[in-house]
Amino acid sequence: MRILVCVKRVPAPGARIALTDDRQAVDARHLPFTVSPHEECAVEEAVRIKEGHGGTVVVMTLGPAEAEEQLRYAISTGADEAVLLATDGSEWDPQATAAALAGGIESLELAGGPFDLVLFGNESADAGGYQVGIRVAHALGRPVISGIKGIELEGATLIARRETDAGFEVYHLPLPAVVAVKEGINLPRYPTLPSRLKAKKAEVASSRPTGQPGGLAMLRLDTPLEVASSTTILGQGPEAAPAVADLLEDLGLL
Amino acid sequence: MSDLPSNASVVVIGAGIVGNSVVGHLAELGWRDIVQIDKGPLPNPGGSTGHASNFIFPVDHNKEMAMLTLDSQRQYEEMGVNVTCGGIEVARTEERMEELRRRMSSAKNWDMEAHLVTPGEIQELVPFINEEVLIGGCYFPTVSAVDSLRAGTIFRERATALDALQTMANTEILDIETDRGRVKAVITDKGRIEAEYVVIACGVWSPRIARMAGASIPLTPAVHQMIDVGPIPILQESGKELAFPIIRDMDTFMYERQTSGSMEVGSYAHRPIFHSPDEIPSLAEARLSPTELPFTEDDFDPQLEVALELMPEILSQAEIKYAINGLLSLTPDAMPLIGETVEVRNLWSAAAIWIKEGPGTGRAVAEWMTNGYPELDPHASDVARFYPYARTDHHIRARCAEHFNKTYGIVHPREQWASERNKRLSPVHSRTTELGAVYFEAGGWERPHWYESNSPLVDHYGIEDRAHEWDRRWWSPIQNAEHLAMREKVGLVDLAPFVIFDFTGPGVLDYIQTMTVNNADVAVGRSVYTPLLTGSGGFKADLTILRLGEEHFRVITGAFDGPRDQHWFRTHLPEDGSVHLADMTSAYTTIGVWGPEARNLVQSMTDHDLSNDAFPYGSTQAIDFGSINARLFRISYVGELGWEVYVPAEAGGPMWDRLWEVGHDFGVTAVGAGVYGTTGRLEKGYRLMGAELESEYNPVEAGLARPKVKKHEFIGKEAYLAAREEEPAAILCTLTMEDHLSPRDGIKRYPTGREPITTPDGGRITDRKGRPSYVTTAGAGPSLGKFLLLAYLPPEHAVVGNLLSVMYMNELYPVKVAVAGSTPVFDPDDKRMKG
Repeated sequence: MRILVCVKRVPAPGARIALTDDRQAVDARHLPFTVSPHEECAVEEAVRIKEGHGGTVVVMTLGPAEAEEQLRYAISTGADEAVLLATDGSEWDPQATAAALAGGIESLELAGGPFDLVLFGNESADAGGYQVGIRVAHALGRPVISGIKGIELEGATLIARRETDAGFEVYHLPLPAVVAVKEGINLPRYPTLPSRLKAKKAEVASSRPTGQPGGLAMLRLDTPLEVASSTTILGQGPEAAPAVADLLEDLGLL
Repeated sequence: MSDLPSNASVVVIGAGIVGNSVVGHLAELGWRDIVQIDKGPLPNPGGSTGHASNFIFPVDHNKEMAMLTLDSQRQYEEMGVNVTCGGIEVARTEERMEELRRRMSSAKNWDMEAHLVTPGEIQELVPFINEEVLIGGCYFPTVSAVDSLRAGTIFRERATALDALQTMANTEILDIETDRGRVKAVITDKGRIEAEYVVIACGVWSPRIARMAGASIPLTPAVHQMIDVGPIPILQESGKELAFPIIRDMDTFMYERQTSGSMEVGSYAHRPIFHSPDEIPSLAEARLSPTELPFTEDDFDPQLEVALELMPEILSQAEIKYAINGLLSLTPDAMPLIGETVEVRNLWSAAAIWIKEGPGTGRAVAEWMTNGYPELDPHASDVARFYPYARTDHHIRARCAEHFNKTYGIVHPREQWASERNKRLSPVHSRTTELGAVYFEAGGWERPHWYESNSPLVDHYGIEDRAHEWDRRWWSPIQNAEHLAMREKVGLVDLAPFVIFDFTGPGVLDYIQTMTVNNADVAVGRSVYTPLLTGSGGFKADLTILRLGEEHFRVITGAFDGPRDQHWFRTHLPEDGSVHLADMTSAYTTIGVWGPEARNLVQSMTDHDLSNDAFPYGSTQAIDFGSINARLFRISYVGELGWEVYVPAEAGGPMWDRLWEVGHDFGVTAVGAGVYGTTGRLEKGYRLMGAELESEYNPVEAGLARPKVKKHEFIGKEAYLAAREEEPAAILCTLTMEDHLSPRDGIKRYPTGREPITTPDGGRITDRKGRPSYVTTAGAGPSLGKFLLLAYLPPEHAVVGNLLSVMYMNELYPVKVAVAGSTPVFDPDDKRMKG
């Protein structure tokens, strides 16, 4: 199996997201960077498929030079090769991103043969556009399914499971295919000391993305109003009972 | 949660281990209406306590730190949150093994169990260690790990149970109000609290909070990297939080500490990474917590390899589950910052304190606030110890950058700083530089320690060099040669770092008398050498006072004590303004002229009568040398005839030039502080503040009690009178080293100070107050041909001729008591000085 996983470098904020003064970006001075949990699971799933069926895992990103950090992390958790489509840090909208990734995939396939499977996280952690994987599949002319929480392989068929309120939907896809997975499909591993050292020395292939940045333009970021919740303590122990009863009565529950 | 009170006796800001310990001890000492505030939630508000490694290696060369740590460990134990697991400092190099032998001496000093162990023995204790990379180690069975968050909660619960404490979590400090230099109120986002005292115990945020009141707490938040690696089967199977000793891999500046089923690997090896207290993210904005910042893995990568090398079996499979750049507090000299801030009365600092010394330091701060001084001498932790230049961000960062990688380093007791040098230069600096001065730092000043231009004197006097590199480091045989040249003819000493305070005003005599032990009501033109005491009768300062007028006293103290002494004087000034204090340190410079030819030299420069009758010992006179207005003070710290010559700073150069020029005919030699501070002083048995003199000893024990006690009240008088009535528990003695040959390698060794004095066969000696005997100062006595050691000994050992041992690098050397008390071993009648 030859598997490609696409990831995106994003800041990992705390409970409150601080914005830069010009409101054009998340203030990431004190934040670590990561990929979305869905993408971590995509890398893990690819590595598990490789471990079960043999093959190689290539991880690719469109992003600034710093995104090498996320690629090396993927290598330290089992990916074999990494490709950076290097930007100058400017914004690429989902359409432009998908075009660049599709271009990147085409050149990788020209050089190293087709990918049996291209994995995405269901959505990025910052923009949350839910569409890059689908657009890439469309560009490549391959079947695609998203929201996947289970993958099995049977010969040249991929069986994907999507969670619904009632249970699971099961899809059969002919390979090659594109799949966007969701957090929960697996529990991703952490790097070990030796794998971290290996990743540090690994080569990251870097090339210029095809296409142009831009597309949709961002005006500014806003943080939603914080909805403050308050807690009223009705009392402690048996003394609280009348107040509880009154409240339930007020709510029309008694 | 209760409402914010409008008044408090004391507001303690911070609910980490330090703030909690302070409120706990204040409550226990009787304080009530304590309000504790933290911006974060309880029990983990998000400061450094929350992510600390929580282990305690109690051994430390520094006595103050060792005592604070031991006390803390006892407190954790008493609270039931101390798990003893043992710890091993491992050595990969011979240099480190020697350092571990030195650790053995410190362990003996402070009564901590320690054993040198072989790689095989280490492997028996820690079966997963790769003993092949080790050459040995030092095993400390009492090393422990603590639950500092639980300890903090217990401290708060105890204070709350005494009805002494109200804790306000999730409350932000916005401002601190002061009134005429005194703290008045704390403004929070929930309201204003008037308080008599405010304690800043905010760890890495302390400088920011202090600045709100116009005060300074000189520390920088700095990164300490750690990762958590697991799961590891052998650790999981142990079923314990800590089943194996904690390893300090000293040569790689790393540690490995079990945390249940995984291993925490920490490093002090990476580049210094500093943050600004103003830019630490808030609790809400931080990914993990404000003090658990994103891990910069490139800084840690080199450490992965050395960790793998030490524990390949367990670390090669386990996963890195957690990795942070943890923030902790660093100070310019790596010691805590406790005590009242120098800028604002009743505003206290309890900062730059790590888990291992938290409860002990909290106790010290509470005792200090309650009794005027703590039981443990906080000399080296006193926030007042820094000069203004050392409170700048520039200095703090430069020094912290220099010492960060020395956290596990081998630091020589005489080691000099490389950064932030040439910041305070004596007016005669260009002259001393021309003479090849090798400078040591004294209170930021560059002070000549010896002069390379005097190297021919080494052969002239036949001075032997030292065989061992460690003993020779930061030392030169030239020092001993300068000593002999001064005793033979005359020496010039650059004393620019002297600290000078002028006290004037109608209330000055009463004030000075209240501060000093010895009677300062002397005639104008006379001087008094005197200790200042703490309320409990221990040494607070040791200095000289000149009476320059009926209402004018001049205090001269050492460069290392200037800021602390100034704060002590300032806080005791009468509130009615009847005494003024002026710091004249930068206005005057001082040149010492001492030796048998000193009088002939100086007399040849003036018609002023310098004879013994006209200018007796201990007196001071103003004399003009040409157009240079000088003040001479007939005194000596080296036991020779001569003067301290005070001139306006701008006249320092010309005065030195004249003395040097004229001195040529009298055989003058430039003499460094190696003589002034050590060899000359030791031969005369003169005591030094911070070495022999500390608040745990009193003037009777130090041999500085005068026959009579003055009538005037003074600080510590009651305790001093009591001490005079009882037999001293210890007596400060001068000992001679009887044999320098190392039993191990047969070369001559020379202790550097702070080594244990033991019974001949190595038994620990303590006095009836439990204080150990150790070397307070060590150095040559070139005029005696002996190596001298000062040490407090219990009376049964303080007997002239008594044979004991000094333990140096884990070996015993014979020493003999030469003098019990303050009589000098050299020129015991002071004929040279007073004749």
